[in-house]
Amino acid sequence: MREQVKVAVLGTGNIGTDLLFKLRRRPSLEVAMFAGVDPASTGIARATALCVPTSTDGIDAILADDEIVVVFDASSAKAHRRHAPLLEDAGKLTVDLTPAAIGPLVVPAVNLDEHLDAPNVNLITCGGQATVPIVRALHEVAPLRYAEMVSTISSASAGPGTRQNIDEFTYTTARALERVGGAAHGKAIIILNPADPPILMANTVMAIPESPDVDEEAIRDAVNRMVAGVADYVPGYRLKAPVSLDEQETPWGRMPVIIVLLQVEGAGEFLPKYAGNLDIMTSAAARVGELMALGAARHEAAS
Amino acid sequence: MSRRVRVTDTTLRDGSHPMRHRYLPEQVEAIVRGLDGGGVPVIEVSHGDGLGGSSLQYGMSATSELELIERARRVAQRARIAVLLLPGVGTRRDLAAAVEHGAQAVRIATHCTEADISEQHFAVAAELGLDAIGFLMMAHMLAPDVLAEQAALMASYGASCVYIVDSAGAMVPDDVRRRVEAILPRVPAVGFHAHNNLGLAIGNTVAAVETGAAQIDGCLRGLGAGAGNAATELLAAVLDRMDVESGLDVFSLSDAAEHVVKPVMPFQPFPDRESLTIGYAGVYSTFLLHAKRHGKRLGIDPREILIELGRRRAVAGQEDWIVDVALELASAATQR
Repeated sequence: MREQVKVAVLGTGNIGTDLLFKLRRRPSLEVAMFAGVDPASTGIARATALCVPTSTDGIDAILADDEIVVVFDASSAKAHRRHAPLLEDAGKLTVDLTPAAIGPLVVPAVNLDEHLDAPNVNLITCGGQATVPIVRALHEVAPLRYAEMVSTISSASAGPGTRQNIDEFTYTTARALERVGGAAHGKAIIILNPADPPILMANTVMAIPESPDVDEEAIRDAVNRMVAGVADYVPGYRLKAPVSLDEQETPWGRMPVIIVLLQVEGAGEFLPKYAGNLDIMTSAAARVGELMALGAARHEAAS
Repeated sequence: MSRRVRVTDTTLRDGSHPMRHRYLPEQVEAIVRGLDGGGVPVIEVSHGDGLGGSSLQYGMSATSELELIERARRVAQRARIAVLLLPGVGTRRDLAAAVEHGAQAVRIATHCTEADISEQHFAVAAELGLDAIGFLMMAHMLAPDVLAEQAALMASYGASCVYIVDSAGAMVPDDVRRRVEAILPRVPAVGFHAHNNLGLAIGNTVAAVETGAAQIDGCLRGLGAGAGNAATELLAAVLDRMDVESGLDVFSLSDAAEHVVKPVMPFQPFPDRESLTIGYAGVYSTFLLHAKRHGKRLGIDPREILIELGRRRAVAGQEDWIVDVALELASAATQR
C-alpha cells in the first residue's frame, strides 16, 4: 500500500469537525493533527475519541510537525490572514476554507488543475462552490454578459461567522462568478430561511448570455455534465428542476434569462442533512486537499 | 394633549415594485416635490428590494437608484432622504455609495428572526453618521415576545427605532397591538409598516399609533407591493381626525396623489383575488407580480403558487422559489 500523506486541520468548529470525518474516509490521507485554540471545543473531544492527535496550541502544533504536507484552515478569515504566511514559510500547502481569499479562488470541478502548485488556495464560499461551476458550464456554451446567484440556506446552518460577515459572502461570491465562472459581471444574493424543519440548501443561477440566440440543448447538456462533475465529490449536489429559459427587461433590452435551480443535501454524517452549505465546502476541501497531497507526494518521489 | 408621529413615505421604494423598478428621474423629482410640499418629513428612495436590489431575482432597475437618490435629495427642501438596505442583498459599500449620493437615513431590514445579520450594517451606518432604523420583515410569522427579542437586538446595534413590518399584509389589528405592546419597552421607538392585502393598511396603522408607535409608513395612492401600503394622503386625514400631529397637509398630498402619482401608476394596487391570497396565505407582498408572470408563462393559477409558497414558509426575497414552485406545479399538471 502506498504511504499515506500527512495532513492537518486547523479550526475545531463545525466545519473543521465535519472535514475531519470526511478526511478520515480518504485512504491516501492521514490526519496527523486536529488543532484549535478552544480547550472546551466539542470538536477536540470528538477527535480525541477517534484517536486523532489534537492540540489547543493552534497553528504552533502544526508548524512543529515537519511531516505535515497539507493544512486545511477552517478557523476564521482574520486568523487565516495570520496563518497564511507562517504556513507558506514552513513549506506547507494550504486549503483555505475561510473567506480570507488570499490564494487563488478554486472550484474542484472547474479550475483546480490550474492551481495544484499554488501554496495556498481559497474555496470561495458555499454558494460559490454550488454556483460557479454552473456559470462556467453556461459560459462555455453561451458566453455570459451577466451571471447572478441566489443562495438560500437554513437559519439553523448559518453560524456566527456567516452572520457577522454576510457582506463578505456577497463580495467573494460575486468576484468568483466573474473570475472563475467567466461572466462579464457577477452578482450574489444570500437569504436565510428559518423554516422548521430546516430547508435544504437551495441555489439559483440566473444568467444573461451575450447573444440572444441560445442553443437550449447545448446548455442543458453542459449543465448536466457539470452537475455530474460536482456530484462526483459532493454526492448530495443535484438539479432541482430542468434548466429553464425566461425573458426579462434588462439594461441591454429584453434578453433571454437562463435559470438553473440547484439543491445540496449534506451527507448527514456529522452535520445534519440540511446543512448542504457546510457539506459542499468540506467536500470540496477534501477533494482539493487530496489532489494537492497526491501531487506533493509524486513531486517528492520524482525528486 | 396631542401626540406626534413621524410618517415616512415610501412611494419611491415600495412603489418601485408595482412600477417594476422602472421609475424615471423626472417622475422621482415630481413625486419628491409633492411629498416635500405636503410636509412629509422622510422620503425613502431605493430599488424595491433595497440598495443593490437591481437583479434578475427581483427585477432590474431602468435607472440607477443612486441617480434617483441624488435627484430626490436635490429637489427635497425640508424632507430627509432615506434608503432601504437588506443585508444579503445590499452591502455596506452600497450604503456608502448611497450616502455619497445624498442619503441621510437608512432602514436596515432583515427577516424577523434574523436580526443578527444586520450588526455590521448598523455599525457602518453609525460611522457614516446616518439615522439607522431597524425593519423586521414578515413580522406576522413570529410571536410578539420572540419578536421583541429580535427588536432588542437591533436596538443594541444602534437602531433609533425598530419597525414591525407586515410584509405580507397578513395582520389584523389585534396582531398589531400585541406586537407593538411587546416591543415598546425594549426599543427607543416602535414603527409600523402596513400592506393592504386584507384591506387593513389604514386600520392596522391606526391600531399601531393608538398602541404607541412613533413612526409609520405610507405611499401616495398606496402605491406599493401586493395590494399596496397605507395611502399617505389618507394617513394625513386620519391622523388629523385622531388629533395626532404629523405635519402632513391633506390637500397638497391628495393633489400629489391625484396629479403626480396616479398618472404614472401602471395599475391601482387593490386587494384583488391574488393580493388577498397573499395576505391570507401570509407570503411576501412583492411575490404578487412575479407569481402572476410565471403563472401566466406556465399556465398555473397564481393563487396556487402563492398558497404553496406560504406552506413552504418562504421569506422576504425568495423570488426564485416562485419559479421553483411554478415549475413543480406545471410538471404535476402535465402528469395528471
